[in-house]
Amino acid sequence: MSSTTNSPTHHTSTIGAIGAPSRRNTELALLVFAVVIPVFAYANVGLAIDDKVPTGLLSYGFGLALLAGVAHLAVRKFAPYADPLLLPLATLLNGLGLVCIWRLDQSKLLQSLPAYFTAAPRQLLYTALGIALFVAVLVFLKDHRVLQRYTYISMFSALVLLILPLVPGLGANIYGAKIWINIPGLGSLQPGEFAKIVLAIFFAGYLMVKRDALALASRRFMGLYLPRGRDLGPILVVWAISILILVFETDLGTSLLFFGMFVIMLYVATERTSWIVFGLLMSAVGAVGVASIEPHVKSRVQSWLDPMHEYVLSRQGRAGHSEQAMQALWAFGSGGTMGTGWGQGHSDLIRFAANSDFILATFGEELGLAGVMAILLIYGLIVERGVRTALAARDPFGKLLAVGLSGAFALQVFVVAGGVMGLIPLTGMTMPFVAYGGSSVLANWALIGILIRISDTARRPAPTPAGNPDAEMTQVVRPS
Amino acid sequence: MNKPLRRIAIFCGLLVLTLLLRDNWLQYVKADSLKDDPKNRRVTIARYATPRGDIIVGGNPITGSSGSSKTGLNDLKYKRTYKNGPMWAPVTGYASQAFGATQLESLEDGILTGNDDRLFFRKTLDMITGKEQQGGNVVTTLNASAQKAAYEGLKRQGGKGAVVALEPSTGKILALASYPSYDPSSFAGNSNDDAAAWKKLQKKYNPNDPMLNRALRETYPPGSTFKVVTAAAALENGKYTSADENTDSPLPWTMPGTTTQLKNEGNIPCKNAPMRVALQYSCNTVFGKIGSDLGNDKMLEEAKKFGFDAEQFTPVRATASVFSDDMNQSQTALSSIGQYNTAATPLQMAMVASAVANDGKLMKPYMVDSLQSPNLDPVATTEPEELSRPLSPENAQILQDMMQTVVEKGTGTRAQIDGAKVGGKTGTAQHGVENSENPYAWFISYAKVADGSSPVAVAVVIEDDAANRDDISGGGLAAPIAKDVMKAVIDSKK
Repeated sequence: MSSTTNSPTHHTSTIGAIGAPSRRNTELALLVFAVVIPVFAYANVGLAIDDKVPTGLLSYGFGLALLAGVAHLAVRKFAPYADPLLLPLATLLNGLGLVCIWRLDQSKLLQSLPAYFTAAPRQLLYTALGIALFVAVLVFLKDHRVLQRYTYISMFSALVLLILPLVPGLGANIYGAKIWINIPGLGSLQPGEFAKIVLAIFFAGYLMVKRDALALASRRFMGLYLPRGRDLGPILVVWAISILILVFETDLGTSLLFFGMFVIMLYVATERTSWIVFGLLMSAVGAVGVASIEPHVKSRVQSWLDPMHEYVLSRQGRAGHSEQAMQALWAFGSGGTMGTGWGQGHSDLIRFAANSDFILATFGEELGLAGVMAILLIYGLIVERGVRTALAARDPFGKLLAVGLSGAFALQVFVVAGGVMGLIPLTGMTMPFVAYGGSSVLANWALIGILIRISDTARRPAPTPAGNPDAEMTQVVRPS
Repeated sequence: MNKPLRRIAIFCGLLVLTLLLRDNWLQYVKADSLKDDPKNRRVTIARYATPRGDIIVGGNPITGSSGSSKTGLNDLKYKRTYKNGPMWAPVTGYASQAFGATQLESLEDGILTGNDDRLFFRKTLDMITGKEQQGGNVVTTLNASAQKAAYEGLKRQGGKGAVVALEPSTGKILALASYPSYDPSSFAGNSNDDAAAWKKLQKKYNPNDPMLNRALRETYPPGSTFKVVTAAAALENGKYTSADENTDSPLPWTMPGTTTQLKNEGNIPCKNAPMRVALQYSCNTVFGKIGSDLGNDKMLEEAKKFGFDAEQFTPVRATASVFSDDMNQSQTALSSIGQYNTAATPLQMAMVASAVANDGKLMKPYMVDSLQSPNLDPVATTEPEELSRPLSPENAQILQDMMQTVVEKGTGTRAQIDGAKVGGKTGTAQHGVENSENPYAWFISYAKVADGSSPVAVAVVIEDDAANRDDISGGGLAAPIAKDVMKAVIDSKK
């Protein structure tokens, strides 16, 4: 990013974005890996299960390569200075997820369940739609600052999206969590995944306007800046909404995700640590309060505290108990350090939702500690590239939006992976990109699209470098 | 805004780090305990994924493996089979697709499935050459003809009972029979038939409790057989130094601290009788007084040397036999004739006979001779191990002499074997409130062959609800079975 001229005649060097490489070729090279690795994994599953290379290998490989190619060309054309890592990382996760879903499709145990359907072809379709959405974001969203105009429309849409699952006849209660809606002819949709993005837009727009009021009008008390009562309003409203989500949709994860995202963005906007303290206190109070009252959340918590007891109860045929938490732990433990290898584990014992909420357990068993650490680090990289984008962004709206989306992504990964690994209670959310689910794939590709757009704007060289006042200000006088 | 952004970056990094730590905890630290958790279905799947190795007695497998029905959802490829299951069940335990595994089948599961780390090299080789993984074998110390004699004897008798035979010089278990028994083949699978067979065997539905391993897991009051331990205590503590020295035993004898007289069975010559005579006629008064005189501590010390108050691992766990540590003189007197709180497993009483026969040295009982890899290379071999020395060699000689008198002309004459010197002790233990229930018939013995070695020591116990109370006596019911077992061992050595 920095270019240094060190000629003896000029005792100055200019630091700036002048001539920054576009890194599109780096992205292309990484994309090759992101396509080849899942193709090998796919062949591996076929060899392990049927002793032969799966017949769909070529079409699957070409399909994935084509999608990645289209996405890459779109980035090259519409966001040439975008971050080069985001697209390959997302493609790799999406590809590995497809392999894992296809692998679980082959399980005889899962095939015997009444809810079984071949999920991999559908997931491939969702991926295609997701990439299409990604391309659409790049094509139509020329500048992310346009989104600022839709601050209050975003708020309204987010509320609608969140309330939809509660509308009678539209919402679907799937195993206790009411976070789905049924669209006749199209299947079910998880509006929360989209609400995540829309809410981030609203928060970014709102906080950008209000940040000074929130940050400066405060009293100092015991080392903390206490906000004024009326400035507490918005955080209380968001808190109340997330509590309502928890109570009515009985989903701890979504609630935590939205509230966490808001606190992160509020902190970045105001630079006041007190907001973090308030945020933590309020989420703790809310979570504990609801968990001790609401039966579905309560049972999730109990299952987290003592999964073995829950397993035994479920085996005894008691209603309302699930052996999944324990089965997931066994899957992880049985994978050990190196895993059993693709197609050789028994994570299908998790049964329901093995390819969605619990898909990480299959990675844990078949790819082992090594594989899961690699996947978690890929997620970590995506998040850090997102935060990096926020750092590089030149406008506060872009900064807030990028950090909001990255933070929400990180929280979602933490909440889901932590839930499956028994670190925190299980929630009804899914691992971005790897888990089966149209809403999740579509929403997350859109999220990556927005991040790529912001990063392109951030890294794009200024149009007239000579006239840039920054360049003058960063002149360094070198001792000769 | 960049300072909080950097902090958020660190915070997100910490979230990922927390996940990584948790993952290491799950998949590295806790991996083995999760992987080997018996409730983890994978354990069962692995156990039956390949033909299971065999449990071997005298060169012949007593177990087998057959392909199980692969209908429907059955994810288990092979099923365990047993040859003469009821006879060997106390040794093998069971390995059932539906109901888990116990005893040797469970303890040596790693060897039998081939997953044991000691078979790692071979397993890897099989994996590379594409051969199906095979399990190793467990070679037991048991003697097939002794086991047959024991089981057939119990079966003929018809009541509940158990037999344990040991090789005194090594501690090898030669026979381990329990009756009534069960056929582990009957519920080895996971079909409805298997479930029905299993249900029928449970104590809830079957008062005879056929799945109880009476040889290792049931304690009985040892009755007069415990007098051998009391005699050993008297000799070891120097209270009496020979079998023929007159004891200080009044008759009738009122137990100290009570007004209760300790009774003998019938009118037998117990007054001041030497220990040999007292053991021959089984005098309660003599041994009760010895125990009372020596006191709780000394009796306990000797009992512990014989293995009381400790679980034994053969490697199958045997329940600890009991000799209490908080008794007054009269309670000690009763305990010293195998009543009151005293309770022993058949294995424990076989250990008592075995220690006497092995010149006072008690060997640790064991039933796994060696573990073999699938191609029959030894993986591990059990070496005989000394457990304790309850008797000096001289005192052991005296006690052997006394026990041989019991079989020559005392209560145990029915255990005599041509061509071998047999020493033994009968027992008839009362139990139940006011001795209302049928007593247990005990017999413990050992045989010595011409070269002076002792190839076998045995303990037999029979609890017979159906028999007439008077008919039960160790000499009548238990001694013939002990004799058959000893004879089977001696004959198999020829």
